[in-house]
Amino acid sequence: MNNRKKYGVLFWSTFQLSACTFGGGFVIVPLMRKKFVSELGWIGEEEMMDLIAIAQSSPGAIAVNAAVMLGYRVAGVLGALVCVAGTVLPPMGIISAVSVFYAQFRESPLVDAAMSGMLVGVAAVITDVVITMICGVCKQRRILPVAVMLAAFAAVHMLHISMIAVIPACGVIGACDTLCRARRRGVGK
Amino acid sequence: MIYLELFWSFFQIGLFSIGGGYAAMPLIRHQVAEVHRWLTMEQFADIVTIAEMTPGPIAINAATFVGIRVAGPLGAVVATAGCVVPSCLIVMLLGFLYYRFRGLGIVQGILSGLRPAVIAMIASAGISLLRMALFDAEEIPLAMGAVELFPAVLFGVAFALLRMKKVSPMRIIMGTGVIGMIFYFTF
Repeated sequence: MNNRKKYGVLFWSTFQLSACTFGGGFVIVPLMRKKFVSELGWIGEEEMMDLIAIAQSSPGAIAVNAAVMLGYRVAGVLGALVCVAGTVLPPMGIISAVSVFYAQFRESPLVDAAMSGMLVGVAAVITDVVITMICGVCKQRRILPVAVMLAAFAAVHMLHISMIAVIPACGVIGACDTLCRARRRGVGK
Repeated sequence: MIYLELFWSFFQIGLFSIGGGYAAMPLIRHQVAEVHRWLTMEQFADIVTIAEMTPGPIAINAATFVGIRVAGPLGAVVATAGCVVPSCLIVMLLGFLYYRFRGLGIVQGILSGLRPAVIAMIASAGISLLRMALFDAEEIPLAMGAVELFPAVLFGVAFALLRMKKVSPMRIIMGTGVIGMIFYFTF
């Protein structure tokens, strides 16, 4: 397959995936795997797992990160840019359309009722997600992650410290913890 | 310069939202409703709801929505670009390192510290949304009698269905929307 054709396939695949995935990054990842591992065979099964791990560990939207990784792997920097464009254009188009009608849309009492109802649904979904995530942290049976979680919550929610200060601080704590444990393991040998 | 402000705000959102999806939510609230006041808290709740209903990452949806409202179509492009640039640079760098060394040790270490912090932040933003949904206000009213019965019951049912029956979130959100409309017409 020549390069120009490759860019076309990359763009169109990511465009379709992005346009049809409701529910965020964790939904698009399995679909990407199906497309690029099973259908196109451009990437190996295990390599795909690593690409997803990198996409999830990096800042930003998982769908965008996964697209960058895929494009970069298949066709270099230009491939990454093509995939990002494919991923970003569908939501941009849809939200642009929504925002044009937003004012009229919002004034309708019926829409208002639907939106208030849906907000309750969204709140329930987020509560569910948060509880599942907290359980995940508690299951590690280590004190540090739980302490970091409580301290970060207090800092942001009660003391109103900027998240942009809290996030890097927690990253540093995690890195130090990993290094210390690696060293202790080294001494123990 | 509004374009620069948009770019910089969404650049920070892109740079600091680690853990995908919901992790961006508190940062978006912070930037667009607190630092800049581009959106009211009610509009922020709307954009989260719209983002849940439409495809695409919430950060991209918010960038387009805020950008277009604040500075037209070019604003949308600039805000979205700001949101995506940190991802592109960092992921490509990590991708390069991965193919060079095939190791992720220190990244995993940093991530292990970030994960609990991210959960705390999502919880914080989730609580604000919950207040919007149940009290129609960002601050909890002093008298608990101010809780409206209908959204509280709806929340309880939706939550139980999610937790016990593992109903898909999309169905829950659509369902609560329809029930909201029916409730509005009957009462």
